[in-house]
Amino acid sequence: MLAKRIIPCLDVKAGRVVKGVNFVSLRDAGDPVEIARRYDEQGADEITFLDITASSDERDIILHIVEACAEQVFIPLTVGGGVRRVEDVRRLLNAGADKVSMNTAAVQNPDLVAESSAKVGSQCIVVAIDAKQTSPGKWEVFTHGGRNNTHIDAIDWAKKVESLGAGEILLTSMDRDGTKNGFDLQITRGVSEAVRIPVIASGGVGNLQHLADGVTEGRADAVLAASIFHYGEYTVKQAKEFMRSRGIEVRL
Amino acid sequence: MSTVAVVDYGMGNLRSVAKAIEHVAPHAKVLVTADPAQVAAADRVVVPGQGAMPDCMRELNEHGLHDAVIAAAATRPFLGICIGLQMLFEHSEEGDVPGLAVFPGNVRKFPDEAMVGVDGSRLKVPHMGWNEVEQAEPHPMWHGIANGSRFYFVHSYYVEPAQPDVIAGSTVYGIPFTSAVARNNIFAVQFHPEKSAQSGLALLGNFMSWNP
Repeated sequence: MLAKRIIPCLDVKAGRVVKGVNFVSLRDAGDPVEIARRYDEQGADEITFLDITASSDERDIILHIVEACAEQVFIPLTVGGGVRRVEDVRRLLNAGADKVSMNTAAVQNPDLVAESSAKVGSQCIVVAIDAKQTSPGKWEVFTHGGRNNTHIDAIDWAKKVESLGAGEILLTSMDRDGTKNGFDLQITRGVSEAVRIPVIASGGVGNLQHLADGVTEGRADAVLAASIFHYGEYTVKQAKEFMRSRGIEVRL
Repeated sequence: MSTVAVVDYGMGNLRSVAKAIEHVAPHAKVLVTADPAQVAAADRVVVPGQGAMPDCMRELNEHGLHDAVIAAAATRPFLGICIGLQMLFEHSEEGDVPGLAVFPGNVRKFPDEAMVGVDGSRLKVPHMGWNEVEQAEPHPMWHGIANGSRFYFVHSYYVEPAQPDVIAGSTVYGIPFTSAVARNNIFAVQFHPEKSAQSGLALLGNFMSWNP
């Protein structure tokens, strides 16, 4: 049976991991490649780098990180952040990324999803959706890191990007992100049941039960988390053992 | 020193495949190449591939690599990965295109009506993630890899060999499908060994020491 995936996410700024990672005996807590290798050893199913570099002249640094990672870490790598053109997608894939994730640029220019999936294949294109509940039963898509409300319905947008050629959706609840109160299971399930492509749940994980709930209640195909792994609260292996104990198929 | 050609016909990044082989075989010479002469001269040949089968066949032909790949599949240790497996068959439903016909059989799309999980939920396509591979029988390429080990898949089409005796591995996703084939000097897999952590590296290591 296909396993549900656990994906640690690293925020990378100008080549360094921000929100320091707290592993025992890590030589360099800011080195994304070393941290990715640790997560690989723990049994992570994929790694996601979110490049939050603000200055454009430091943008290419992520390419070198991706290259180094591809030489040492032999699990899938997704890279997002600052992807605006098909050329950005190509450069990341050529450096060694397996998938590229796009968010604000996809909303501003939906053709980017269509063009890039036609060029490199749907399997490489992830659309990240930042959703926020705006009224009961209604979630809307926000961009620019959650600052701008597009007033686009999140489920409609998920279906739209699927039709444009996205191969996967990374759904983050802006209400839950950083709260440690668990995923927004309602919108996760809404999106997952509305599309035929895999959905990654993100935003709000504070404990292992939350990860399991994302799969069983949210119907997500994969779960993404950052802080519970970074601060050494749990290892990926512990998370998988817990999910297995709840009857969820995992790779252990 | 063993030379391995990773055939580059412009479909996707081959860096990961090359780096994974270098990782398991540090003394091998790994060439990512679009040159038919280099493919012809290599001791071992790897044909990866991602994206759509029609694009892959067109690019393979336009790069003048069609004959070199067929010749390699006839003579030397040959590893096909993903579309590099699918193109060995006669025909693909994806874009209704002919393949290289090294194996009789076809490439089919996962049927919508069969995409239902054990709990009744709808299975997503592409089949993306880590799934189990049941080994049909012992093979040098499976050496040291436990039966049922998980590998990383990402695909929407699967191969259906006309001759069951070439099936080297199978996987279940809504339906059972062939995830590895083997015949003489050819071994080809639907999953991505270069992205399949220890199991994938073990398979690539086996390929580098395989002497069929």
